[in-house]
Amino acid sequence: MEKKVINVKTELLKANDLIAKDIRDEMRRRGILLINILSSPGAGKTSLIEALIDRMRDLTLKVIEGDVETEKDAERIRNKGVEAVQITTMGTCHLEANMIKQAIAGMNMDGVDILIIENVGNLICPSGYDLGEDLRMVLLSAPEGDDKPKKYPKAFLTSHVFVITKSDLIDVLSFNPERATKEALEINPGLRVFKTSAVTGEGVDELADYIRDELEKKRGEAPS
Amino acid sequence: MHEVSLILNLLDIVEENVRKFNAKRVTHIYLKVGKLSGAEPELLKSAFEVVKKGTVIEDATLTLEVIEPLVKCLNCGYEFSPEDMVFICPRCSSAETRILKGEELLLEKMEVEK
Repeated sequence: MEKKVINVKTELLKANDLIAKDIRDEMRRRGILLINILSSPGAGKTSLIEALIDRMRDLTLKVIEGDVETEKDAERIRNKGVEAVQITTMGTCHLEANMIKQAIAGMNMDGVDILIIENVGNLICPSGYDLGEDLRMVLLSAPEGDDKPKKYPKAFLTSHVFVITKSDLIDVLSFNPERATKEALEINPGLRVFKTSAVTGEGVDELADYIRDELEKKRGEAPS
Repeated sequence: MHEVSLILNLLDIVEENVRKFNAKRVTHIYLKVGKLSGAEPELLKSAFEVVKKGTVIEDATLTLEVIEPLVKCLNCGYEFSPEDMVFICPRCSSAETRILKGEELLLEKMEVEK
């Protein structure tokens, strides 16, 4: 019996990252801005998407919904007149690039401006998986508490945008948006921070404008 | 709990190498897990024990090395281990920093019998 050491040096997520690269290449070719939204369950991902849809009626948006079970979130988006594909992960706590690739293959991407992925509600597992997105957006709702960024550093470390949601509840809770922002920026000083409420509409226009700018920027960079 | 998914990824990579090198048995697997990887070392170990049954890694021992984060300041070049998850340079306060180590989820090497 001959013994041998194989110096593998392979990242466990290599297969995922290769598929994510394919998705990124396809989105670049098509000039579509891809957004991946992360948060814990109930932080208001779907409500924020609904609010953004209302402010971006001039653009063509599509949505991929990730949930462990049910089509409820996709139905909410469809009620807004926007195409939504539901991925039910049947127990898996995050979306992987191959799930997104399959979902995209079943959608008509002609004329699409922005594709939004609503990840499974979970601040831990989804943060390890690149889905080929241009923007990763992490949400933290006021009821969750302002001390959460450091408890879930990976989500903040890997995101481009930090959105505080349910800002209409800040006054009745002991949530300090400055503290949450300070913690998030210590982890990732490059984060763009927004404070929003899907109920009052606070901050949603600003976020929508930022997303429009990112779409323009991407299309400006894309080879013609 | 995505550690089971990660160990299934590990199994794929091991199987690929077993075929490539025509190995008979896998005896030892060395994994590097960064503290910023988002994976929990203890959960990876339990996932390994569950996943390995009936597979090519059934007899393999898992050695897991935890990698501390190391960050480099792009402004002054200082290398530091971030305390309390602060990634701003403690020397010059620059926000322009890059993570050098700590994000690994790396199958470093494996020992096999041929």
